[in-house]
Amino acid sequence: MAADRTTAPIHRPGLAGAIHRGLDSDVFHSFKQSKVTMLAGAVTALYFLAALLAPWIAPHDPYDLANISLMDSFLPPMWMDGGDARFPLGTDDQGRGILSTIIYGARASLLVGFAAVLLAAAIGVTLGLIAGYLGGTVDAVIMRVAEVQLSFPAILIALLIDGVARGVLGGDAEGNLAFAVIIVSIGLSFWVQYARTVRGSCLVEKHKEYVQAARVIGVHPGLIVVRHVLPNVLGPVLVIATISLALAIITEATLSFLGVGVPPTQPSLGTMIRVGNDFLFSGEWWITLFPGAALAVLVLAVNLLGDWLRDALNPKLR
Amino acid sequence: MARPVLQVDNLTVEFPTRRGTLRAVDDISFRIDAGEVLGVVGESGAGKSMTGTAVIGLLEPPGRISGGRVQLEGARIDHLPHDQMRRLRGQRIGMIFQDPLTSLNPLYTIGFHLTETIRTHTDRGEAEARARAIELLTEVGIPAPAQRIDQYPHHFSGGMRQRVVIALALCAEPRLVIADEPTTALDVSIQAQIIQLLKRLCREHGTSVLLITHDMGVIAETADRVAVMYAGRIVEVGPVREVVQNAKHPYTEGLMDAIPKIGGRTEDLAQIRGTMPRLSQIPAGCAFHPRCPRAFDRCRQERPELLDAGASRAACWLHAGEPAGAGTGRGGGERG
Amino acid sequence: MIAFIVRRLLQSIVVMLVVALLAFSMFRYIGDPINQMVGVETSSEERAELRERLGLNDPMLVQFGRFAADAARFDFGVSYQHKKPVSELFADRLPATLELAFLSAVFALACGIPMGVYTALRRDAWLSKVFLTVSLIGISLPTFLIGILLIFVFSVWLGWLPSFGRGETVDLGVWTTGLLTVSGWKAALMPSITLGLFQMTLIMRLVRSEMLEVLRTDYIKFARARGLSDRAVHFGHALKNTLVPVITITGLQLGSIIAFAIITETVFQWPGMGLLFLQAIQNVDIPIMAAYLILIAFFFVLINLIVDLLYYAVDPRLRVDRATSAGH
Repeated sequence: MAADRTTAPIHRPGLAGAIHRGLDSDVFHSFKQSKVTMLAGAVTALYFLAALLAPWIAPHDPYDLANISLMDSFLPPMWMDGGDARFPLGTDDQGRGILSTIIYGARASLLVGFAAVLLAAAIGVTLGLIAGYLGGTVDAVIMRVAEVQLSFPAILIALLIDGVARGVLGGDAEGNLAFAVIIVSIGLSFWVQYARTVRGSCLVEKHKEYVQAARVIGVHPGLIVVRHVLPNVLGPVLVIATISLALAIITEATLSFLGVGVPPTQPSLGTMIRVGNDFLFSGEWWITLFPGAALAVLVLAVNLLGDWLRDALNPKLR
Repeated sequence: MARPVLQVDNLTVEFPTRRGTLRAVDDISFRIDAGEVLGVVGESGAGKSMTGTAVIGLLEPPGRISGGRVQLEGARIDHLPHDQMRRLRGQRIGMIFQDPLTSLNPLYTIGFHLTETIRTHTDRGEAEARARAIELLTEVGIPAPAQRIDQYPHHFSGGMRQRVVIALALCAEPRLVIADEPTTALDVSIQAQIIQLLKRLCREHGTSVLLITHDMGVIAETADRVAVMYAGRIVEVGPVREVVQNAKHPYTEGLMDAIPKIGGRTEDLAQIRGTMPRLSQIPAGCAFHPRCPRAFDRCRQERPELLDAGASRAACWLHAGEPAGAGTGRGGGERG
Repeated sequence: MIAFIVRRLLQSIVVMLVVALLAFSMFRYIGDPINQMVGVETSSEERAELRERLGLNDPMLVQFGRFAADAARFDFGVSYQHKKPVSELFADRLPATLELAFLSAVFALACGIPMGVYTALRRDAWLSKVFLTVSLIGISLPTFLIGILLIFVFSVWLGWLPSFGRGETVDLGVWTTGLLTVSGWKAALMPSITLGLFQMTLIMRLVRSEMLEVLRTDYIKFARARGLSDRAVHFGHALKNTLVPVITITGLQLGSIIAFAIITETVFQWPGMGLLFLQAIQNVDIPIMAAYLILIAFFFVLINLIVDLLYYAVDPRLRVDRATSAGH
């Protein structure tokens, strides 16, 4: 809190200025300019709302055993023969409504995605600042680790961490623990990009006069980093975060699809797709394709936002 | 009067942006005669480079020529189809860019650069082109050209690379060479050598030169005539001696006063107040009036065209047929 | 040149050692290896004896040395789950994965590079917009979903292509190949496209952005000013310079194809290493996990080495030859 009080007066004019500049900026302008981007923004917002309000807007709670009945299993979407108006998009093998599972699944996807991105950003930014500011051996060690990790795809790292966690925790972790394992697996596999970007900017800022000056007048190095370097790297970090949110959602779905992610008793788009995949040949395509489409649209929307943000913050690439 | 090598009439270059269209070059006219060196000076952003790029047809979209015409030896070239314009480049107009370090492709040898250019513009075979390339390297003063031809650009120093660039620009014996700040990126000691080389080669081959620079010293040494640009327009044009020694436009005067002179005391160096306006904020009337020590009412309201002023022409109301003497005084008073 | 290769090799060995250490710690500290090998009825004396015999009481460094030496000969012991030597399991499945990866890489490069060049040169053409849109969808669709969609269309709906397995394979002694039979090719088609699509998209976008970057450089402007034809400027100058950075990233991407194969192999039940690894994770079969990790690392190091050498061949600035750099 003390830190809040000391930094607030310094940052508030900057923030107000930033908001004012933001509304007149090229970034905001390019947002208004591109219909695709606005659509992507609207779709993303819709998913967020649905995820937040899932218990109220979903027709059923498909993961409450009291609510589902095997009598309702394998019902096709309501517009097909044998469809049931209670389940607009049909039901799965357990009698869960597909629409409800999608809404709850999207909620899980966004939750895991956000948590993983936050974790990755926290680790990456911290290590990047430390490496960039301290330099020397610390820097060399951190960046070597980053390099080695970067040469392996995130999904592999996540799988390995997941496998190790299973070994340590013993077999299948249940419920919330499974979520925690996934979040940590994905978070730990995505930190490298942040670290590299932040370290780069940190090295550039470190040699600028104002940082040198701050050091000369005896400001604590940690404070210099937080006050001067951090604000300068927020733009790139935001871009990476948006793009890696899409990647984190894909990774969660993939892990669940591979059967090492969210357990089948919990909502997840990836798990639904895996379950439905078994029934693809027997004609119950809706169990797999609707959640698949929901996942694809969500990732596409987030990716479009990320793309737009990257281009808007870096006009050179346009 | 002989037909000029290059004649530019009312050339206007515009850049559409979302905050309105910017005029980088605004209605300029000039000519270059055979064997003549025309210097173009001005601050960065005055439109000098844009003029050169427009003449050779290499404006980067969305920039475009929105008005006027460019004639090379009597034929219009500003609306040529892409492919004809391409054939003309290198063949009849050569161009030299500012930075010799980045003008050559790092992945190819000097010889490759030369032979591909020679073979594009002549029907020489590979061996002939190579022989010609060695000849050209000798001509621009590269020692041991037969060995160095197979080296890569990174084996050459900046000055040597600029010599190679000059050889490349001249290899099809063009009628006109556009030299865009050819010495700016070089060491001072090398600058004079490169300018001498350019001057000598163009004299020997009868090539005309459009020399773009912000360095008045280079102009004074090299050019026959000089055009001074400010905010996209030519504000003064005339024989180099006249412009340097007897400037007619207050902006040119300011430029001349800002050059240190041997024997002069540095404290006497004058500065022009303020900075050149951004293209989006060019003031009404004469674009220079907010910075002009001698501005008066008319300067704020009406834009001057180029007017005869002795041996030169200057775009300044001080040289209007009926100079408003009272106006000058009043203008001075109001400036406060 | 020699010094460069030696330095690269040393770095590679360090990376391999780090990965081996990781695999060793997994092997040694996750669960008790003894428990995995013997039944519950084994007495504690027998366990202790086995422990001693396997050298699990030796100093850590000795154990790691032994592990690394075994790993170098690709001896990872016996799979907990399959009760067979790990090396044998991998030898059976390696050809399937490598063939799949190879086909995907060829597909990704053969389509990605031309599409990237086209979209950079014809920025406003409608086909470029189609390519870019498709690429965005390609990046947004998770690999497994693409596989499922392909299966749905070509296997379930049209019934043209098999949805699982490798088709008929031919045993060439050390290598079983599916590339010599029609059914092998049919079976490989969808998995290769599924696996290669994401890489293709990445390569296309990378080539496009690098090419746009290069097209803005001074030497391209100067090449135009010299009157070179568009073809010479675009393909002689721009493309070659584009490929320098593209080689590095493409190399890394191709390496990750082998790892991404895990997903594709699951969707298409392709009998490769990925499927084996996934089962190992589900069953905490540590020897297979460790072996897979080391094998993948080995492929990465190998690819990196090849990429470095290619880089060296393409970019003359990296060749420091003393004879000529003395001049100025």
